[in-house]
Amino acid sequence: MIEIKNLHANIDGREILKGINLTVNKGEVHAIMGPNGSGKSTLAQVIAGREDYEVTEGEILFNGKNLLELSTEARACEGIFLAFQYPVEIPGVSNTTLLKNALNSIRKYRGEEELDAMEFLTLVKKKMSLVELSEDLLRRSVNEGFSGGEKKRNEIFQMAVLQPKLAILDETDSGLDIDALRIVANGVTKLKSPENATIVVTHYQRLLNYIIPDFVHVLYNGKIIKSGDKSLALELENKGYDWVIEEAAELV
Amino acid sequence: MNSSAELKELFIKQFQSFENTLNGEKELPLHQIRKDAIEEFSNLNFPSIKDEEWKYTNINPLLSKTFKPADSIPEVDPEFINKYLFDKKEFITLVFVNGYFSKEFSDVDSLPKGLILETISEAIKKHPELVLNYFSKTASAEKNIFTALNTAFADHGTFVFIEENSIIERPIQILYVTKADDIFVSPRNLFLISKNAQVKIIETYAGFGDRSYFTNQVTEFIVNDNAVVEHVRIQDEQLNAFHISTLSVDLEKASNFSSYNINFGGSLVRNNVNTKFNGGFAECRLNGLYVTQGSQFVDNHTSIDHAKPNCLSNELYKGILNDTSRGVFNGKVFVRQDAQKTNAYQQNKNILLSNDAIVNTKPQLEIFADDVKCSHGATVGQLDKDQLFYLKARGIQEKEAKAILIYAFASDVVHSISMLQVRDHLEALLAKKLL
Ligand SMILES: Nc1ncnc2c1ncn2[C@@H]1O[C@H](COP(=O)(O)OP(=O)(O)OP(=O)(O)O)[C@@H](O)[C@H]1O
Ligand SMILES: [Mg+2]
Repeated sequence: MIEIKNLHANIDGREILKGINLTVNKGEVHAIMGPNGSGKSTLAQVIAGREDYEVTEGEILFNGKNLLELSTEARACEGIFLAFQYPVEIPGVSNTTLLKNALNSIRKYRGEEELDAMEFLTLVKKKMSLVELSEDLLRRSVNEGFSGGEKKRNEIFQMAVLQPKLAILDETDSGLDIDALRIVANGVTKLKSPENATIVVTHYQRLLNYIIPDFVHVLYNGKIIKSGDKSLALELENKGYDWVIEEAAELV
Repeated sequence: MNSSAELKELFIKQFQSFENTLNGEKELPLHQIRKDAIEEFSNLNFPSIKDEEWKYTNINPLLSKTFKPADSIPEVDPEFINKYLFDKKEFITLVFVNGYFSKEFSDVDSLPKGLILETISEAIKKHPELVLNYFSKTASAEKNIFTALNTAFADHGTFVFIEENSIIERPIQILYVTKADDIFVSPRNLFLISKNAQVKIIETYAGFGDRSYFTNQVTEFIVNDNAVVEHVRIQDEQLNAFHISTLSVDLEKASNFSSYNINFGGSLVRNNVNTKFNGGFAECRLNGLYVTQGSQFVDNHTSIDHAKPNCLSNELYKGILNDTSRGVFNGKVFVRQDAQKTNAYQQNKNILLSNDAIVNTKPQLEIFADDVKCSHGATVGQLDKDQLFYLKARGIQEKEAKAILIYAFASDVVHSISMLQVRDHLEALLAKKLL
């Protein structure tokens, strides 16, 4: 589904990603872990197409297409969805406005009919129940005045409506209480299919108890320094990152 | 190319021809007011950027043109007119073309009780005392060359009188359409709202055609004790047009006035909004929006005079400027010595959509009383990059994403308009302008 090859990216002339290689096939769940500041969000944002980052080397193929040549919105229309670590508040723009425009833009891109108001509402209501959000949220401005947990649930709700091929969840579990974590994780699990893939960026094993990863990667200082199966996440939780970092240093 | 003195001479000459068309009406007392006004006009000079009030607004492009008075109703596409009209079942509708009242497009049948609605020239004949008691008082021609010019040529426009205790449910829409034929028009409105009365009035200015024209417009408003007024002014002139306007409002005790001053069109636009509290416990809300592109220039000068205690004013003007367009905002709030317990809030916020757009903003508070709550501020910024990225990352096209954010920015200026049709219309005009 997505092939990232030797990806280097800068911000303000400073190199943050220093040669990332990662392949995710459909049906798979990959977890990316790593200490603060190692470049996890940067990777997620570069995939989504944030223009502040300059890609200096490498390539990303998404279902065979050169992703780096596509605009942010085209990437979304191709099926990439980023659940933001810090979802931005947009006063004056209702969730309905956002979702209706997004959904219809994506449908148009794919050559599908736009949904009318009734069809849209039916779809949206069905998806809201998935993450147990109340309907009055639709009329509210995007993320404005939402609690941390509500913002994260709203991200998953949007994902449920837009039905991406590749979802990147950037610390969607952070700041969630135990119930919210279960709701979000169940939502994500229900959306999983053999046709789509998920990249989960997280610091905690607890989310991975629900969303079981096929692969776990450690990102450190702009590189993936270790990959393994789900047991790696458990090991990291118990022992921290130092041993992986040391191991990687010895290899160099 | 002509000088400002030549243009003045031209207007004075045109006044003489105008006078000759008036015949018997020359005997009416209104004509003395016109003659005084042209006298005042000839004694004044057109402002230059050396005048503090016109510091950023160079009117040379206007002065270098010549305009003739409109002398007839041109052919006009009904579709163009209808674009600006609301449902005639819900709105009392007056349409003027090149200043002339158009019976064909208007609908003033079965007016509600308590409302007198006339063209200003009819009103002067039918209700001379009422009109002359107020005409040219709130917006005085004295020392104001554009008001003097409008007053001298005052012939076309709308007179509204609402009787005491009358609540007019159907809003009144007045549409002034001008054909761009190097003409000038001088629409003149007088709105008298009696005690405890309520009314909603929408003024729209629009134009069509390829040449230029000059709208020089004045509206006077008297809002009496406890009266409630909602006033929407939509300026969507053709993009070669010159538009200068003055809205003067006298607010009496416990009255309530909401103004929406919405600007999309015009090449050179100057709006003056002057409001004055003549009694206590009154409220005044001034909302403004200017959306400019190309080389448009739009200047809004507002003033709120807290001459009496216990009044509230709340002003919010927002600008969205693209390309090489320019905006000017100057907002004065005076709180006089006696005006204790005044609440006065003023905000001007701008978004620049291009690096070459410019806005000059000057909110001004002058407070001479001590027991008051006042604040003011101005901001100039760009669209929020994080918000834009968020929308695009959801698949929304860049242009639409920008339009959504711009609409969100503009929406709090118009969201309190009570008339849904008007809000929808403004949303559509905004979308058309943005996309
Ligand atoms: N806009 C920016 N300007 C300057 N530096 C940035 C910017 N964005 C990220 N960085 C830097 O890039 C590095 C990687 O940041 P990134 O957000 O990708 O880390 P992360 O792995 O997601 O960390 P966390 O676990 O704290 O979320 C950090 O050193 C950060 O300071
Ligand atoms: Mg991060």
